[in-house]
Amino acid sequence: MIEARQLAKRFGGRAAIEDVSLGVARGEVVGFLGPNGAGKTTTLRILAGVFPPSRGQALIDGHDVVRAPLAARRRLGYAPERPALHLEMTVAGLLDFAAGMKDVGGARARRAAVEDALARAALGEVAARRIGALSKGVRQRLGLALALVGDPPALLLDEPTAGLDPEQSADMRRLIRGLGTERAVLVSSHALAEVEALCDRVVILHRGRVLSADTPARLAARLRPASRVDVEAAAPADALAAALAAVPGVRRVDLLTQANGHARCRVELEPGRDARAELAARVTGSGWGLLALAPVETSLEEAFLALVAAESERP
Amino acid sequence: MTKIFLVCRRELASMCGGPLAWVLAAVFLLLTGYFFYSDLALFVLVGGANQTRGLWRFMFLDFRLVALLVVPLVTMRLFAEERKQGTLELLWTFPVRDGEVLAGKVLAALALYLGMLAATAVGPALLYALHPFAVAPVLAGYAGLVLLGVAFVACGAAASTVSENQVVSAMLAYGVLVFAWFATWNEAAIGERIAPALLQLSLFDHFYGFAQGVIDSRDVVYLLAFAAFFLFLAHRSLGARAWRGL
Repeated sequence: MIEARQLAKRFGGRAAIEDVSLGVARGEVVGFLGPNGAGKTTTLRILAGVFPPSRGQALIDGHDVVRAPLAARRRLGYAPERPALHLEMTVAGLLDFAAGMKDVGGARARRAAVEDALARAALGEVAARRIGALSKGVRQRLGLALALVGDPPALLLDEPTAGLDPEQSADMRRLIRGLGTERAVLVSSHALAEVEALCDRVVILHRGRVLSADTPARLAARLRPASRVDVEAAAPADALAAALAAVPGVRRVDLLTQANGHARCRVELEPGRDARAELAARVTGSGWGLLALAPVETSLEEAFLALVAAESERP
Repeated sequence: MTKIFLVCRRELASMCGGPLAWVLAAVFLLLTGYFFYSDLALFVLVGGANQTRGLWRFMFLDFRLVALLVVPLVTMRLFAEERKQGTLELLWTFPVRDGEVLAGKVLAALALYLGMLAATAVGPALLYALHPFAVAPVLAGYAGLVLLGVAFVACGAAASTVSENQVVSAMLAYGVLVFAWFATWNEAAIGERIAPALLQLSLFDHFYGFAQGVIDSRDVVYLLAFAAFFLFLAHRSLGARAWRGL
């Protein structure tokens, strides 16, 4: 539904993006992740038809955004990072204008489209209010409602939760998740926890290039720097750390906590090695009570940082 | 066509929703009202028998100055404000052509100008009720002001596409329009060879016939070509986002 093929964009002599390919199918929410300046917004703007790529092709529901811009844009809803709103208009007035611009024909159909967008974004109570008088959270929802007018099958959302408080962010995530069941949604963000919670797949962009694209869990697993296990035992801290360090395959042991005769250590194993049974045997064999032994999941944030750091080190 | 109407309606609502349009209209009517009154008083004192030469010519030349003062302030916000607010980016993601957006905005600015201009007809209408006069020269003068307004609006719209700063846009329009007016003031400085060519390009000279009650097709073509040239520039300037970005 949303497809980018080897997109590149130069402004003057500066390359904003160099080789970006991605695809989003209907019913899928894809996270577009990258540090500031990676080229996320440039890519979204090309997909939205704001400006053409210098090279490559962008398609919305099979329509080229350069060769058939009007057909592509009819199937698209775009919410920029900073909600682009006419502050002097009312919420319903702006949505009605957007409906007209998106070829929703006839007064009745336009009214229905406005009401649908108001309901989806939970903006019914402020429909008659002037936009300039609304809070930031409500304006952000209005930005999303503008994208939803006309019920487009493809949505491009640029940092949809930027500047929202935690409760508003959670509401927005629920809303996007719901939208993603029947549409193709591409969400740019640099909030990793958000992408992890929201998206079926993640595309990581760095310096204008796609570094990786996978599910959040697989990405984290694939990029896991080492297997790690937390071990808690009723044992003296130093003795426990020394015993665990002596287990074959252990690269490093860090003491996390110690209190009331208990100690908790993080054990880093060689990649691909599962030494949990040996660790348990070493603890119980030493006569200590084993209180907990659990693998530590690598978060998407750690994976992302590892990936970007590795890429940054390349010449 | 629907999109042009929608953009025009939204633009007009936006203009009239703030104080700027009302202040500009008040200034426009105050100044044109003052010029009508003072030109009429002068005509009554020393004007002689020829109403066109003694009254309407002066009135329309004065009205032209007021239009020159006010129109760039009407057009300065057309694109500059949208660019500043970020709403232009959203507009470009709707299924609408740049030409439709441009046409809608130009029509909105023109509608506001024509509304102001129409209100100035109250003075001549009252005068007609008291002392009927030949209407044709007055209609020719107003036709000239309409065409001049189209040229001013097109130039102002083009200037507004360049920057997100409204003051910069207004000053750019003033610069172009005043230069196009003053270009032939000092023929000695221009030189004998260039002067005739520049005379053909002067906004001032092409309005003079209208002010005297004469509609010359060359003047009509010039003013429309002036407008078309700046609308073309405005369209190209909007398209420049392809390499310039937002």
